[in-house]
Amino acid sequence: MAYFEYQNIFTQVQVQGEPEAGMEFTDDNILGGKRYGDGGFSTLLGWLGNAQLGPIYLGWAGLISLATGLAWFNIVGFNMLSQVDWSVPEFIRQLFWLALEPPGPEHGLSMPPLNDGGWYIISSFFLLISVMFWWLRTYLLAVQHQMGKHIAWAFLAAIWLFLVLGLFRPILMGSWSEAVPYGIFPHLDWTTAFSIRYGNLYYNPFHALSIVFLYGSVLLFAMHGATILAVSRYGGDRELEQIIDRGTASERAGLFWRWTMGFNATMEGIHRWAWWFAVLTPITGGIGILLTGTVVDNWFIWAQEHNFAPDYLEPYGYEAYGSYEEFGGVTRGEE
Amino acid sequence: MFPKWFDKWNDDNPTNIFGPAIAVGALGGAIFVAVMIIAWGQPYATSSMQTGPRGTGMHVQEFDRDLAAGDPTVIDFYTDEPWVPEEGEELAGDIYENVQVLGELTDLNFNRLMNAMTQWVAPEEGCAYCHANAADGEYADDDLYTKVVARNMLLMTRNINVNWDAHVNANYEVGVTCYTCHRGQPVPNNIWFRVGPVNSNAEGWPAIQNRATMTSNFTSLPSTYLETYLLEAEGGGYNQIAVHDLESRVQQQPGDPLIQQAEMTYGFMNYIANSLGVNCVFCHNSRAFYDGAQNTPQWGTASLGIIMVQEMIADYLLPLEDVYPENRLGPVYGDAPLAACRTCHQGYQQPLQGLNVIANWPELNVIDGPPDYSAWEEAASE
Repeated sequence: MAYFEYQNIFTQVQVQGEPEAGMEFTDDNILGGKRYGDGGFSTLLGWLGNAQLGPIYLGWAGLISLATGLAWFNIVGFNMLSQVDWSVPEFIRQLFWLALEPPGPEHGLSMPPLNDGGWYIISSFFLLISVMFWWLRTYLLAVQHQMGKHIAWAFLAAIWLFLVLGLFRPILMGSWSEAVPYGIFPHLDWTTAFSIRYGNLYYNPFHALSIVFLYGSVLLFAMHGATILAVSRYGGDRELEQIIDRGTASERAGLFWRWTMGFNATMEGIHRWAWWFAVLTPITGGIGILLTGTVVDNWFIWAQEHNFAPDYLEPYGYEAYGSYEEFGGVTRGEE
Repeated sequence: MFPKWFDKWNDDNPTNIFGPAIAVGALGGAIFVAVMIIAWGQPYATSSMQTGPRGTGMHVQEFDRDLAAGDPTVIDFYTDEPWVPEEGEELAGDIYENVQVLGELTDLNFNRLMNAMTQWVAPEEGCAYCHANAADGEYADDDLYTKVVARNMLLMTRNINVNWDAHVNANYEVGVTCYTCHRGQPVPNNIWFRVGPVNSNAEGWPAIQNRATMTSNFTSLPSTYLETYLLEAEGGGYNQIAVHDLESRVQQQPGDPLIQQAEMTYGFMNYIANSLGVNCVFCHNSRAFYDGAQNTPQWGTASLGIIMVQEMIADYLLPLEDVYPENRLGPVYGDAPLAACRTCHQGYQQPLQGLNVIANWPELNVIDGPPDYSAWEEAASE
């Protein structure tokens, strides 16, 4: 096995055998209980994570979430299909272009006709239920496992941005037409148009903060992932049990960063860094979106007023830098 | 499959060849590409034209190959110099019947222009494309719709050259002739028709976008931006191309631009950029699209062009709707074919790459009365 493949690409150790079914449910064993399926193994999955697939626990929150999510998915899909006159080939061809759009601005916050955004409102209602119940599921499962609720709160940070985009801001703006369309390219069009309409979102300081945390998350993720992989030959992937031992993977990993930059996280601290950077990305982003069009209408002018949009003194127009003949133009006519 | 000794040797000498093979292949491939680029040159070399201050990223870039190739229709532009009229020379309006527009031309220049128009518009079809009985030497009748259209197009061309000098000759004299749009074809490329709504079973805002169409330039932006901004709006006037608020905080009023106007404008601006083979920063500093102080002079030229097209459509192209036969009308609404930026520019900053097409054609550079031949009179007298 080549060195780089061993170090970086796939998980090297897979355990396959009798599927681990969990424990029986008893009063003092809250991790037990009914789960669906018997579980099986996949070598492919084992390269990426645990080779065992299932059993799965759905519960009432999970079932509601899946059912409403499927309703949203089908409403969006069938609306797209009807827009191309129920032609399946055209549906496939135009799939990335098609969308279920919110209603036009003339409808405000009222219930629009079904073919002019009505289905969008209905499907959004289902999506809202679906997302919130999936969140509840992450919370309840954490309760059942007697875990902290960090996963649920982190998910809620993402849901905050989702709710700002589709619920809070449209209500504050007084129109469902402010919401984001459900479509591959169309939601990107919306994003660009939103930025341009409000005078360039890059000058929105909360957008800037969100980018800082997003790129910071990327950096932290790379540092942490690389560090653990680099000491996995000493069992670094087993983390906790060796935090206080000499010569272990954890000590090497910590010393590497202390000697590199003076400061090192701990096995606990690195995950706090990662959690906060990830969570702050949608929280700050959501604040930035919520302020846009409600409090600030032109971020570039706002930036000029707050002295962080630089002025450029050189001239505009290519005539100041060259001529069209030097760039494809044919012979110049009469001056 | 393989001989026994081969399999045996393999069993005795287990070797992982995939890891080294991938490493050697990747490294070898990289070296090969690097050597080829050094030896043969970068096959996709580009050049760029700076359009604004350093540090703003304002430039337009092209592949060198495209720059070298240029517009293939430039070379086929037909032109010849006018005949300077003599004192008391008889005019076309007196010689021929039913000459409504070019009556003040001398016979020689009249026929010179007729010939050129044939070269520009209908080189294969010839005179009979407009003159039904040309074979019998009969040119006066208006039997064919093409002749009626051509007469209107002459008026339109003159109007553009004389009254829209600030757009078509913004940098230096370029002008327009029939060839600017037609390029040797009776029906120009890049004409447009109304298409919206483009989605079935939908109304309003959801119905006019999110389809890969020719007019949407294969984006999911609205397909109706041309009809929105270039045709007169219901209740008169034109829809304003406006996206932004001009203060950091404003009290929103009904009718103020919304994301929908931003998307519609984006579609239109994308069309203009594609038509000219440029990008946003040819006209705008993209950090503040609305800010006139950060626009290039080209923004002014383009803005005039938009008004010019609005006038062309209203005064010259829409009135021809009843003249065209059915096969020339639009596929959705049976409307008259219309022009916009791309009809002339066809992918270049200036149509025909800035070739001065009007120089020899004072007949197309006058609204009425005799053309101005003074440039050739001086040359003749010297």
